[in-house]
Amino acid sequence: MSKKQKTYYEMAMEKGYSRRDFMKFSAMMAALLGLESSSIGQVAKALETKTRIPVIWLHGQECTCCSESFIRSSHPLVADILLDKISLDYTETLMAPAGHQAEKSLQDTITNYKGKYVLAVEGSIPVNNNGIYCCIGGKTFEQIVEEAAKDAYAVLAWGNCASAGCVQAAKPNPTGATPIYKMISGKPIINVQGCPPIAEVMAGVLVHILTFGSIPELDRLRRPKAFYSRRVHDTCYRRPNFDAGLFVQSFDDENAKRGFCLYKMGCKGPVTYNACGVMEWNNGTSFPIKSGHPCIGCSEAGFWDNGPFYRHLSDFPGFGIESTADKVGLGLGIVTGVGLTAHAITTNVRKRKLIQKDKRQPKTEKSNES
Amino acid sequence: MDPTTLVSKDRLYPVYVWQLPVRFYHWINALSIVVLAITGYVIGDPPAIQSATEAAFSYWFGTIRIIHFIAAYVFFFNFIIRIYWGFAGNRFADWRNFIPYTKKHWSDMWDVVKVDIFQVVSKENPRLGHNALASFTYFLTFLAFLVQVLTGFGLYSAMSASWLASLFTWVPPLFGGDLTLRYIHHLFMWFFILFAVVHVYLVFYHDYIERNGVTSSMIGGWKFQEEGKVEGEKELEK
Repeated sequence: MSKKQKTYYEMAMEKGYSRRDFMKFSAMMAALLGLESSSIGQVAKALETKTRIPVIWLHGQECTCCSESFIRSSHPLVADILLDKISLDYTETLMAPAGHQAEKSLQDTITNYKGKYVLAVEGSIPVNNNGIYCCIGGKTFEQIVEEAAKDAYAVLAWGNCASAGCVQAAKPNPTGATPIYKMISGKPIINVQGCPPIAEVMAGVLVHILTFGSIPELDRLRRPKAFYSRRVHDTCYRRPNFDAGLFVQSFDDENAKRGFCLYKMGCKGPVTYNACGVMEWNNGTSFPIKSGHPCIGCSEAGFWDNGPFYRHLSDFPGFGIESTADKVGLGLGIVTGVGLTAHAITTNVRKRKLIQKDKRQPKTEKSNES
Repeated sequence: MDPTTLVSKDRLYPVYVWQLPVRFYHWINALSIVVLAITGYVIGDPPAIQSATEAAFSYWFGTIRIIHFIAAYVFFFNFIIRIYWGFAGNRFADWRNFIPYTKKHWSDMWDVVKVDIFQVVSKENPRLGHNALASFTYFLTFLAFLVQVLTGFGLYSAMSASWLASLFTWVPPLFGGDLTLRYIHHLFMWFFILFAVVHVYLVFYHDYIERNGVTSSMIGGWKFQEEGKVEGEKELEK
């Protein structure tokens, strides 16, 4: 293995991409990052001159949909350059070595690129019963992440599992699935939310780190602002139907055929921060709402527990399924109404005596005076 | 129970209890809450109208939402003014009325519970301003106002560039996301609906039982108390 590091540009040329392809890729990345067109040069230059970012990509409690999403990135350069050939020093799914060799390459990266490598974690960390629910090479996932994070430049939490626990953390969370930010401190953590995140968003975060040598601007939930500052609702092409009050009532009605808003079908677009409406999926082909299905809010914490998916208002806890706050509220309203009616009746029974007494009173007073 | 112990009012003494800002606050608050609850409910569960129209020709749902947001601003600033008046207003408007930090307040509250629920006749002279239980209930509603303001503006901060809304961007992460926020916001709407029902009923009830003009007092400001029994009467005569 030669010690000389190649730049991303050199890799691309070796793979047989043209300069034109390369510039298109740079332009696309700049656009995805929300940069001005004048910054395309900066992105291209970074990719031309900078060597790869070493990446350790760990898999914990997850389904690998984040990796699947990433390798389907719309531009082949992403998969080829950022992932397939170059950057991954260790990833259980795609690496060549196995067994002790694999563990060695993990340790090598940690020691050789101290403070420079990016730790990407896909999946949550189980903490119940000393973390026995996810062990690799005789270590718990918690230990592995802690060791790898110690010398990392930054930690990328891929997807909802690593960012918020996703389905494993849904009630009753038997394994104690915990997101990365609750386990690791002292390192910049970037939550790349979604189940899975959009491939271009994942690539965009890596390219940002490469281009600027810094962490992208994050919101309060540690999500890159470039991709997660707007709700799906804000960029939804069906939004005019929302404002016009034109809603689908059932999946097979006329309104559904007309492409009306899916709000009443439980669409979580108004409470979900993601770039689906802008970037779309599979080379910008479509996204759930475009396919006539409401957003299920997969890039929001706890989206499994805030069900059901097909109703806007979540279940009210403790009253069984299909009980919404509205039903409980209405029930309380009826109870209150009945209570007040009963109260009013007893009051009037008592009050009648008083009124009768008052009627008598003037007479009594007169008789007293006379 | 002897009905004759119910207060018999021969000579009533008018007391100016609710100052103009309090009355304005009350009715603006009531109106904005009614508007907020109705529009809020429609936003949460809009009627679906079967229509062949194009979205470009209609904006009714957007209008409902803007009414909700405007009413929210009115509600918010109205409440701010009331907090100010809790320091600047008369003794009936004073903020100390609302927080039960004395033993007396708690025992007064128990007294009101006896009158209202057990329908026992109290020997105590009822408070001239808010009764003890009412004022504590209003304190709870103020907390509910706070929850609605936080969750409401927290949700609104995502769609507004105004400085006021941007003061609330920290709220959604605190609750774990907009979905939970929206849920809490919706749940508390029911608190307001139930509050309004019980509140209006109890006002009528107390007016009926105590005959001190409590219903009209929120319009005219005057309450009526028996002579010699007016709380702080001597001070008032000064």
